[in-house]
Amino acid sequence: MSNSRKLFLGLSVVSALCVGPAIAGDGHPAGYFGYGRAPTDAEIAGWSIAVRPDGQGLPPGKGSVAEGAEIYSDQCAACHGTFGEGEGRYPKLAGGQLTGDRPEPTVGSYWPFATTLFDYINRAMPFPAPHQLTADQVYAMVAYILNLNNIVDNNFVADRDSVPKVKMPHRDAFLWRDPRPDTAAKECMTNCVDPGSIRIESTAEGKSLTPRTTGPLDEMKPE
Amino acid sequence: MKANKSGSEQKQKSESIGRRGFLALGSALAGSAMMGGKAAAADSYPPKDPDWSLMLGPGVVDRPYGQPSQFVKGVIRRNVPWLTATQESSVSFTPLQDQPGIITANGLFFERYHGGRATVDPAQHRLMIHGMLERPLLLTMDDIRRFPSVSRIHFIECPANGGMEWRAAQLNSLQFTHGMVSCAEWTGVKLSTLLDEVGLKKDAKWALVEGADAAHMDRSLPIEKCLDDVLVVYGQNGEALRPEQGFPLRLIVPGWQGNVNIKWLRRIQIGDQPWFTREETSKYTELMKDGTVRGFTWLIYAKSVITFPCPEKPLKGAGIYEIRGFAWSGKGKVTHVDVSTDGGVNWERAKLQDPVLPKALTRFTHEWRWDGKPTLLQSRCVDETGFVQPTISELRAVRGVNGIYNNNAIQTWQVKPDGSVYDVQLA
Repeated sequence: MSNSRKLFLGLSVVSALCVGPAIAGDGHPAGYFGYGRAPTDAEIAGWSIAVRPDGQGLPPGKGSVAEGAEIYSDQCAACHGTFGEGEGRYPKLAGGQLTGDRPEPTVGSYWPFATTLFDYINRAMPFPAPHQLTADQVYAMVAYILNLNNIVDNNFVADRDSVPKVKMPHRDAFLWRDPRPDTAAKECMTNCVDPGSIRIESTAEGKSLTPRTTGPLDEMKPE
Repeated sequence: MKANKSGSEQKQKSESIGRRGFLALGSALAGSAMMGGKAAAADSYPPKDPDWSLMLGPGVVDRPYGQPSQFVKGVIRRNVPWLTATQESSVSFTPLQDQPGIITANGLFFERYHGGRATVDPAQHRLMIHGMLERPLLLTMDDIRRFPSVSRIHFIECPANGGMEWRAAQLNSLQFTHGMVSCAEWTGVKLSTLLDEVGLKKDAKWALVEGADAAHMDRSLPIEKCLDDVLVVYGQNGEALRPEQGFPLRLIVPGWQGNVNIKWLRRIQIGDQPWFTREETSKYTELMKDGTVRGFTWLIYAKSVITFPCPEKPLKGAGIYEIRGFAWSGKGKVTHVDVSTDGGVNWERAKLQDPVLPKALTRFTHEWRWDGKPTLLQSRCVDETGFVQPTISELRAVRGVNGIYNNNAIQTWQVKPDGSVYDVQLA
């Protein structure tokens, strides 16, 4: 009975996979190998930190712009600058234009989703001591950084309901589909270009942007 | 009598070798102390038997884990210190100028970290698979090794490889223009095997893959790719995965941008839509000249580069040379590579060297007689979809110069009469 039930379940899983969009690899029914064990709910909850634009994964808690300002000046400003302008080569968080010769993609000028701020700060910041802020602290950081970018007002409180509703300014510019191939070079073999037209437009000769690549390690210091 | 004589000759000879060996050792030490060992080498040419032929070398397990020859110096990963704010969120480049075959040595495989190189105890490492599936699973490394295994040779390329060359030729070395690609044999379990085991639900369309490093690196992958050829690997070129490559467990997403090949893989969450993580929104997206942004441009398109000659490996006088290089495509096999020795006016078919594998570095060679005059060398890859590697001008015309990623342009090396080689771009 146990065997026939397994077989029945196995067949139903296989047929479900065959009609569903997900066609699996070798067609073994779920649990065929039986290795490992099921994680407990607590184990899953502890590691499930990913947050989606629709708010899935956002924990309970909240944080205000003012609370964020305090945490920011303590934990973030040293690298990202008092007003999100970025110190040295650390990322600029606020302001920035995408037009012109040197576009500056920042949270305000570029990031398409506010939920990504929560996900990223929570998992990776502060850089030297990541994933140690409380949910309230992360929400406060989200509120403060959105406010630095004039995306929310001073009274904004970030929580699992408010963050997914924030419309980021550049969101609609994103194309979530690969339009390539976007070049159509032909495989010409002879007389492909006029030899007289060949001109060197730029050369790296004499540029010393990088350490030398021969001999021992070159401890080129930052410029 | 005869036996005695020969015995005494033998004794004499061994004493003599012993003495000469001692002298040789002394001169070898002196040579290495003099950097480059020129003094020793000068004494070692024919007809003289070189010192190292007159003395015993170290025995087995003198070095239980082997190392390159002491004479192979400077074949190392390098970084550009000013490029990033910290070394922990940065990149180092493979010395392709010194890579003879398609496999990158484990110690030279390029590095890319977002929160430094995690030190993970394999006994405590776990892979959790959960979300829209029938059987959530928590696996130890031992569990993972029990699953049916496969080995595949694949390249990994950071899509920012060549990212500093959009506006102009800037980096005068092959290591920095192209060194964010490496290739290895990976051994592990197919992700599809694991996804069979957990039983995907009907609406499962995306997987979030996440690392155990300080960045908790996470990316979204469409389920079709996961079920196609993605691997969860623990082996790299005949040994355990290197810490730099995600020991004890990483994802290999063949032919797709390096960033999705999550290292220190610890979690796979199945869902019905992407997560739009920082690494797939703020980074690894391409700002086009019309202000639009391309996201989810995962595929590495056909690309190639001449690795000899190159800025690090100049020519030494006119004559016959073998031009050498690598070609690769994330869409499958390289069909052929053409080489131009006149700046793209005329092209000739290069030889491809077996093995020619899908989504792997492919080696090409081309015999060339250099007349000693200045010239421009280029290579052009065509893959099995018929896609032809474009010029930088063609790419700029479509995308502008601010995209950073996915620069698969034809590389031009300028050869000067003295044999020196420079990174240039043609109008």
